Amino acid sequence: MNKGSRAAKLGNPILGRGAAAAFLSPSVIFIAIFLFIPAGWTIYLGLTNYKLTGFDAANTKFVALDNFLKAFQDPQFISSLKLSIIYVIGSAIIGQAVLGFLLAWVLSTFSARARNLVELIVIFAWIVPGSVVAFLWFAFLNADEGTLNRLTGSNIEWLIRYPMLSIIAFNIWRGAAFSMLLFSAAITAIPKSHLEVARVAGATRMQQLRQVIFPSARPYIYTNILLIILWTFNDFGPYLLTGGGPGGQTEVLPIFVYNTALRFLDFGYGSAIATVMLLMNLFISLIIIKRSKRNR
Amino acid sequence: MSIVKIDKITKVFPGGVRALDELSLTINDGEFFALLGPSGCGKTTLLRTLGGLESPTNGVIEIDGKDVTWLKPGARNIAMVFQDYALYPHMNVLENISYPLRVRKFSKEEINRRVSQATKALSIEDLLERKPSQISGGQQQRVAVARAMACTPNLYLFDEPLSNLDARLRLEARTFLKQLQRELGVTTILVTHDQSEALALADRMAVMDKGRIMQVGSPAEFFHKPANVFVACFIGSTPMNLIDGVIEGDKVLIGKRTFNIPEKIKNKVSDGQKIVYGVRPEYVQVSKEDGHGSASGKVKVMENLGTHYLVTIDCDGTLFRGTAPDGSEPKSNSQINLRAEEGRVLIYDKQSGDLIQ
Amino acid sequence: MSRNIFSRKRQIIEERSLSERSFSFIFILLVVLFFGIPLLWLMLAPFDRVASYSIKWPNWTLSNFSTINENPYALRSLVNSAVFSAGTGLLVILIGAPASYALSRVKFAGRDAFLYVLLLFSSIVTGTAAMVPLFLLALKLNLLDTYHGVILVLTGGLIPVSIFILKDFTDSIPKSYEESAQIFGASSWRILRDIVTPIIRPGLAVIFVWSFVQAWGNFLTPLIMIRDVNKSPAANMMYSFYTEGGQAILPLVGAFSLLYTAPVLLMYFYVNKKYGFRFYGGIKG
Repeated sequence: MNKGSRAAKLGNPILGRGAAAAFLSPSVIFIAIFLFIPAGWTIYLGLTNYKLTGFDAANTKFVALDNFLKAFQDPQFISSLKLSIIYVIGSAIIGQAVLGFLLAWVLSTFSARARNLVELIVIFAWIVPGSVVAFLWFAFLNADEGTLNRLTGSNIEWLIRYPMLSIIAFNIWRGAAFSMLLFSAAITAIPKSHLEVARVAGATRMQQLRQVIFPSARPYIYTNILLIILWTFNDFGPYLLTGGGPGGQTEVLPIFVYNTALRFLDFGYGSAIATVMLLMNLFISLIIIKRSKRNR
Repeated sequence: MSIVKIDKITKVFPGGVRALDELSLTINDGEFFALLGPSGCGKTTLLRTLGGLESPTNGVIEIDGKDVTWLKPGARNIAMVFQDYALYPHMNVLENISYPLRVRKFSKEEINRRVSQATKALSIEDLLERKPSQISGGQQQRVAVARAMACTPNLYLFDEPLSNLDARLRLEARTFLKQLQRELGVTTILVTHDQSEALALADRMAVMDKGRIMQVGSPAEFFHKPANVFVACFIGSTPMNLIDGVIEGDKVLIGKRTFNIPEKIKNKVSDGQKIVYGVRPEYVQVSKEDGHGSASGKVKVMENLGTHYLVTIDCDGTLFRGTAPDGSEPKSNSQINLRAEEGRVLIYDKQSGDLIQ
Repeated sequence: MSRNIFSRKRQIIEERSLSERSFSFIFILLVVLFFGIPLLWLMLAPFDRVASYSIKWPNWTLSNFSTINENPYALRSLVNSAVFSAGTGLLVILIGAPASYALSRVKFAGRDAFLYVLLLFSSIVTGTAAMVPLFLLALKLNLLDTYHGVILVLTGGLIPVSIFILKDFTDSIPKSYEESAQIFGASSWRILRDIVTPIIRPGLAVIFVWSFVQAWGNFLTPLIMIRDVNKSPAANMMYSFYTEGGQAILPLVGAFSLLYTAPVLLMYFYVNKKYGFRFYGGIKG
């Protein structure tokens, strides 16, 4: 009789305990190794002065918050942080989200064929692998033969004169499709009747947008903003186009971490920066989630 | 031999819900047994516990004398047909039916033999290549039954197998199911909320309420002698007349009217006892007599049931029902008398709800 | 646009004014130009005998594709990409499907909150933020410069989202399917294999394709983990073609880009045809 009392307490689930554990354990192991351990380790390393080569490699010390203090006095870090913020605001918020939304909204009034064709082009830009996209822009922006200069009749070295603008355009190009598809789903999810009521009541398209579409699309907007801010903030893409240059002018945080830790092998300091990134990721997520919950 | 003994089974769900309450029941070999009751009464929980999909908090279940209370479902040699038939959508009919046999690792020849036997019995041989989505509801049901049959279990469990069929199909399926069970001779337990289905199909049945058994017996017993007011309300296509009254001397007093107390229980009731007077409308006729033993009132509703009418009158503020044969039905709003056949009256104790006998 | 009484009535129904429509048209035109023009290079230059950085009408040829053969590492890198991507896709569904199924069926307090936190965590601990420990981990576990190392790291990052998505699919399987199989004596493994997996096949396909595409384009992880040029995937090889020393060999780059892009394009078409490529309301908040 006692054999089953354990089962009785579980209420007899479909999946036995053993099987459930077996099914879950591989993922649990993966998540532990590739998510939890790296997170903790990054933070830990950030508190040390671990370097792979040089004098300190032999004497790794626990330096507590020294790295962090160093970071906030380091002009390179500050610049990197600023560049990241500009990159996110420019390409993610203004670029992808706004553009994506406009696309979804305007295209919703086009015929299905036209819409599908335009969407196809935008989606292609998204699907093409990052390295290829980088090269397409490399070619497009080329000073001597690049199509942009040929079309505008100039000979500006875009990647050198306007590097941030270049990577922002590059990232918008690469990522707009996601926002467009998401907002397209949001707009089609709005029952036609809502919009028709507004129209019959005399609302202009702008009013319809503000009073019907935005409120309905709110959860989508929050999800979208959260995801693309996180992705763009952590994006390594600019490396493909500018390598972080010229002279660090496009050295956004991901590239800065890479250079510090894996090129100059200063793991301790690099991890501290990475920890700052982790914290900022967390911060961004929490704020957006809180805002989205509050407005329910 | 598959006698099913259920001994003081209790099942309490994690939330505290007491789905089964010290329930005991014996189901005989080869019986077609129905579990009937309103939603939430515990009948499906009982069935699932028999099947091994739920473990009881207390109590014992024996099949053929073997204690199976804690046995895994697969080890009990039973088969269950679910309300939604649970046919696997990615397998065709043949693969569905043979699935249990493949799991149990029967030989190819054995599988073929059993499958053809089952499909022949259920007349679905020409559906074997089709997928469940390509066959009708009635056919799906038969495939589900065939799949259960192919395992030659010792016990069949049916969870509302006919509910998803539309009305006409349901009646056909009912007859088919009854015949099949008779031929197979295997103990079958059926859960339903449809009392006419239970009455039609079962050799014996039980009505449940709140995890307890209200009455066990044959359909005839249920129809003629519901053991308590709850069961009396539940059974019968036409609602039974159940009217509050009180014993006064050697008569039943309902309002200002008096009625006879059935002979057999005259000495089982006491003066002043509160009772419920029960009689089926089928045994209540229109009469010319007035006064003692008659309910008089204006006809409120006349329902045409084909061969006869269900007549509802308003007798001193209480609704009372009787029947009148087609052809001599009274007119609406006319004043008539209804009299019950003496032998068909049932008296229930008001407090306990039990039949006084 | 004729403006007699009849078309006036129609105008009330047709809510967009002429200026609105022309703005829309111009906007879309600009968008198409913005997204389309850089893409044109990919479609024209690979076939151009005299390929240059410009987009121009090609001097049609297929000879550029043979240059890929001449480069010892080019084809190799495409194969490497295929190995990394297919390996990642397979591993993700092999690990993710049972996990989603288990999570669908086993209830424990705070399960949904746990999943949500997991998802959030995986968005926060990105490949970029965790690059240092991932490198050290690979170093210590001897995973550097190995195929399986890259596959494992890539898989690790994709598991949380995959489980989240697959769980929607496993949730929709009626419990009666598994219960009936249980009564027939099937073990949990059999149920997973015979019943759950075939039913969630669309979900598995989506996750496989998604993982494949993520791995196919991934640049950073191989950058960190692979030193041996023979194991370098196309993403990194492509990068080296236009950054390493001097002028890029444009015929090679063009043909290579197209070959490198083609598989994911094909996958997109395939998924779009079969399932439609839209987010059906599944990504709200």
